[in-house]
Amino acid sequence: MAHTSVSIALTGSGGAGVMTAGQSLLDAAAKAGFYGLMGRTLGPQIRGGESAALLRLGTHPVQGTDDGYDIIVAFDWGNFARFHDEMPLNPGSVVIADPHNGAVPDVLAPSNPHVVMVPFHDLAKGIQGGRVNMVGLGLIAALIGLDQAFLIERLSRQLAGKGAEALAASKAGLEAGAGAAAAITGVAPLSAPDPARGERWSLTGNEAAGLGAIQGGVRFCAAYPITPATDVLEWLAPNLPKVGGMLVQCEDELASINMLLGASFGGTPSVTATSGPGLALMTESLGLAVASETPLVVVNVQRGGPSTGIPTKSEQSDLNIAVHGLHGDAPHVVTAPLSIGDCLFTTQWSVYLAESLQTPVIVLSDQVLGQSRAIIDRPADIAFIGRRRVPETLDASYRRYELTADGISPMALPGMEGASYTAEGLEHNPFGHPSTQTNFHEEQLAKRRRKVEGFDYGDPWAMTAGDPDADIVVLTWGSSTEPAREAMERVRAEGRRVRLVAARLIAPVPVDRLTAALEGARHVVVVEQNHSGQYCNLLRAHMDLPGTVHPLHRPGPLPLRPGEIVDHLRGL
Amino acid sequence: MDVPLEETPVYKVKSYKSDLKPIWCPGCGDFSVLSAIMRALTELQLPPHQVSLVSGIGCSSRLPAYSTLYGFHSVHGRALPVASGLKLSRPDLTVLAVGGDGDGFSIGGNHFIHACRRNVDMTYIVMDNSVYGMTKGQASPTTDPEWPGSKLTPDGPGVAAFKPLEMALSAGATFIARAFSGDPLEVARQICEGIQHPGFSFVHVLSPCVTYRPEQKTWRERVHEGFPEPTDDRREAFLRLLDDDAFSTGILYKGRTGAFQPHAEATTRAVALGDQFVI
Repeated sequence: MAHTSVSIALTGSGGAGVMTAGQSLLDAAAKAGFYGLMGRTLGPQIRGGESAALLRLGTHPVQGTDDGYDIIVAFDWGNFARFHDEMPLNPGSVVIADPHNGAVPDVLAPSNPHVVMVPFHDLAKGIQGGRVNMVGLGLIAALIGLDQAFLIERLSRQLAGKGAEALAASKAGLEAGAGAAAAITGVAPLSAPDPARGERWSLTGNEAAGLGAIQGGVRFCAAYPITPATDVLEWLAPNLPKVGGMLVQCEDELASINMLLGASFGGTPSVTATSGPGLALMTESLGLAVASETPLVVVNVQRGGPSTGIPTKSEQSDLNIAVHGLHGDAPHVVTAPLSIGDCLFTTQWSVYLAESLQTPVIVLSDQVLGQSRAIIDRPADIAFIGRRRVPETLDASYRRYELTADGISPMALPGMEGASYTAEGLEHNPFGHPSTQTNFHEEQLAKRRRKVEGFDYGDPWAMTAGDPDADIVVLTWGSSTEPAREAMERVRAEGRRVRLVAARLIAPVPVDRLTAALEGARHVVVVEQNHSGQYCNLLRAHMDLPGTVHPLHRPGPLPLRPGEIVDHLRGL
Repeated sequence: MDVPLEETPVYKVKSYKSDLKPIWCPGCGDFSVLSAIMRALTELQLPPHQVSLVSGIGCSSRLPAYSTLYGFHSVHGRALPVASGLKLSRPDLTVLAVGGDGDGFSIGGNHFIHACRRNVDMTYIVMDNSVYGMTKGQASPTTDPEWPGSKLTPDGPGVAAFKPLEMALSAGATFIARAFSGDPLEVARQICEGIQHPGFSFVHVLSPCVTYRPEQKTWRERVHEGFPEPTDDRREAFLRLLDDDAFSTGILYKGRTGAFQPHAEATTRAVALGDQFVI
């Protein structure tokens, strides 16, 4: 029987070329019409060392990992024991290893996989310029029913500058792999992809966030490198100049966030990307952005914390600092993308929110969204473009921090004659003049809250799916959405009625919308990837959740698997 | 088109002054620096709405609100990155950053080094009184190690004073000057030249604190014209600083490195950037 999705892990030490092979496999599968996803796991070494490419290919959109892997190809066992728990095996899985590297590690024995020995290194050695990763690719393609022509097309482009011998060696490697696959039985191929298909994209969440920022109007980025956010910056650096913008590398995150304040004060929509430690450094000036009402966007690609934590692994544990990290009463906006592809929409929407509300917006992406690559349908055009309200009349009556009904005050920009003002971090009166007067403090606090809480965030506040009137609601946010959605679908396939509410808008907590979305729920399962249930706690501080609340959370570094959520839903 | 000669200046000193009354103590050196900034802008006839004045936190950082310029009173130590972001994204503006010695050399010290390196075309005016005035009199980086005047460090800070000009020169600043607030014409002259210098210009102003450092009244006698002409030779500039008693005034150094100002003309529409992801 053919499968609609197959999960494959390629593992090996530095030099085996597992990342190159994984990338080639994903690209070739995409060309063949499959959807797919590729994540990566790396050891702590700077370069080389053990690594694994983690793929899932499917006939339908796949943006989340499965419970386990169907095929593990191990060019060697390196330090496999150190990260084997990231590669659980599905029932009926096959492990393909080189006999020269010894027996399959004991840690895999409990999963009882079908073990096949393939002499990757010998096969590669038999080819002039042969490489084990090409042998592995040929083998996998044959097993899953991927036409080798797509791999050859991909390799032809990749090896264009390396001469005919390099391509010939790769082709021979693929053939050797395909030959070895002929002896392997019991692996079901993928079903044929839908022949009618539109344009597809291949991108990571970090690239998507960069694109969303620029499409939203961002033309300035100041940043400091940090794992796992650096790829956002590395994508923005060559792309911002194409639209007349720029990226500046700073001395630290304090400089980054403050350069954003300066650029945005000048009228240029601005973004930076960072991770937990960088966000912590930025919080003082995020407060300044709130007080001075200067729009900006921080894409925070979360990693395991606290402190340096686990820089290369995912976790959703920066919600607390993103929502509560600023001193004083400092209402601002926190959003979260729901998938790799949604990093585009959510970041663009966040630029729109920042510019509309003249406030900082923190986007809570994470390592698994940011650094995984997905094949997705071409994203729909997004209508949200940042527009800042500017004064209509420019004269001495202009008040930068005017008390308006919606709390949003027209913002003059340097160069506008007659409306100059001083942006203030001190509490101020409507003109922006510093003041400690009680009435000014209360008015400005209320105005800043009003604009953020009274804004109509519209339909993008959340994604809902499943049975609208189901008793059971899976309530989640950010990167937990994909495993939660897949879990919901599996349980629905068993005949249960379940609905999903995945929040893009984390703060301000949209109490009315959540109340409506949760109406009639008897069980609310709050799914997230952190140790303390930060989102669940946030909601409980703001509202009474209906029915019985089931906090379902655990920390990283392992990604949330749909099966964990299914187990919980079945028990309700 | 004929351009009429401007007989009378369009902008006068008062064009740059707001109605707000400074919170500074009577006799504070910062009053003179405020006037000198206005004088320099008048001299250059810069339209107030085309000039931006960014500051951090401290007595002298209150200065933007006393102007009619586009001001940004930011947080402690961060005037330089705010000003850098503004100038980089809006090269059409004249950007000034102001602040004190604690703001610029202590909490903002790292930004000071990197602003000197980065050489963005803006002018940084530090009003140095060797004391934290706003928090009522603690030692700053430029305070003498033996100064016993603070409850926080009653035996003196015990740490050698920071040398702003040496630091600026080492870090790569391309315009370095020092003036005394008691000589506002010289302060204005240096600011004028700093604004016209294509790159990062650092004007170090000795600006006495009459409240917490009343002994600084003697600064008037101690300052002397130590740098009559700027040099463009870093070796010469370093040698001058080795002989400096911290009271030499004048423009020390004017380098020739071009300003850092990335610029790109748009060649693509934003929505077209997605094409690179098409399979």
